[in-house]
Amino acid sequence: MNLIMSLTVPAIIALAAVYGLYRRVDVFDALKTGAFDGLKITAKIMPTLVVLLTAVYMLRASGALDALTALFAPALRLFGIPPETASLIFIRPISGSGALAVGSELITKNGADSLIGRTAAVMLGSSETTFYVIAVYFGAVGIKKTRYAVPSALVADLAGYIAASWAVRLFYK
Amino acid sequence: MALNLVWTGMIIVSIVYGLLSGSIEAVGSAAVQGAAEAVKLCIGICGVTSLWTGVMEPLSRAGVTAQLKNAFLPILKRLFPRSKNNAAAMEAVSANVAANLLGLGNAATPLGIQAATEMARLSRDGVATDDLCMLVVINSASIQLIPATVAAVRAAAGVENPFDILPAVWLASAVSVLAGILSAKVMARIWRAR
Repeated sequence: MNLIMSLTVPAIIALAAVYGLYRRVDVFDALKTGAFDGLKITAKIMPTLVVLLTAVYMLRASGALDALTALFAPALRLFGIPPETASLIFIRPISGSGALAVGSELITKNGADSLIGRTAAVMLGSSETTFYVIAVYFGAVGIKKTRYAVPSALVADLAGYIAASWAVRLFYK
Repeated sequence: MALNLVWTGMIIVSIVYGLLSGSIEAVGSAAVQGAAEAVKLCIGICGVTSLWTGVMEPLSRAGVTAQLKNAFLPILKRLFPRSKNNAAAMEAVSANVAANLLGLGNAATPLGIQAATEMARLSRDGVATDDLCMLVVINSASIQLIPATVAAVRAAAGVENPFDILPAVWLASAVSVLAGILSAKVMARIWRAR
């Protein structure tokens, strides 16, 4: 298991190069262009994160985040979800950069390898900005009556959060 | 935009709650601290993020989505019964799923919208068809194999193995997508279009 895990990332890097060469792609040029795109993406989210992390840190310092955690703790514990991730669960479907801000605050504050830090990371990595996706897709094709799309997508999100919590508790003890 | 309200709400709640609980001084210093942490975070994550978008570029130029998409066709035809004979729609959904799996978000969204446009031909009066709902549900549940940004955040926090969350991410993604598909299929029976 550990060997597979350690191999995954290097193997994908090697595969990208070998497959690219095989298909006659200018591999090194592609790598550089792609990496530059990554830099541009990070630069683009930086202002958003500056503004959002400010709000998240203020909320944390005021004690409101802990109050929110306490408020939803009984319900979340019922599902086996660590209550500290309440803030992340609320913002994740609404805003991608907001979730990144809240998630990274949880990760740095609790430690990346802590139960909460890991659960937050897995939640972030296994979910999408649900309402944004729904708005973009239905907006693009002029759908006004979305029927069960929202409840069904939220069921998927909730199942993902529960699975993330259980998986972390199971895999990293 | 939702963030206008969310952000303003966050600031007002922290000030009001800070005043009530006597932690307003901490709120003041946190305002400055958060901004500095954001820049630190961005510098911390930009290495891994750029590496990953870099590695994905040769794959993308080599047309890996086009190669991969055929593998998903048989499953997808079951998920989209009314569009399964619409070759253009099925082509676009498969490529959309392939791009999502590889984390090529910039490619995935236009492909998904292309699929939605094809599927929307069967919809009337702006009512979503079952196929459209399924498309949206699948796209709002993440199926990305390598969540590079999260790994980058973990790396920035100084862990030895930023990618060791992968098995948990895969399991959670799979459960989430399956729950989405199942609930969509069940709700389609109860929540009829007419």
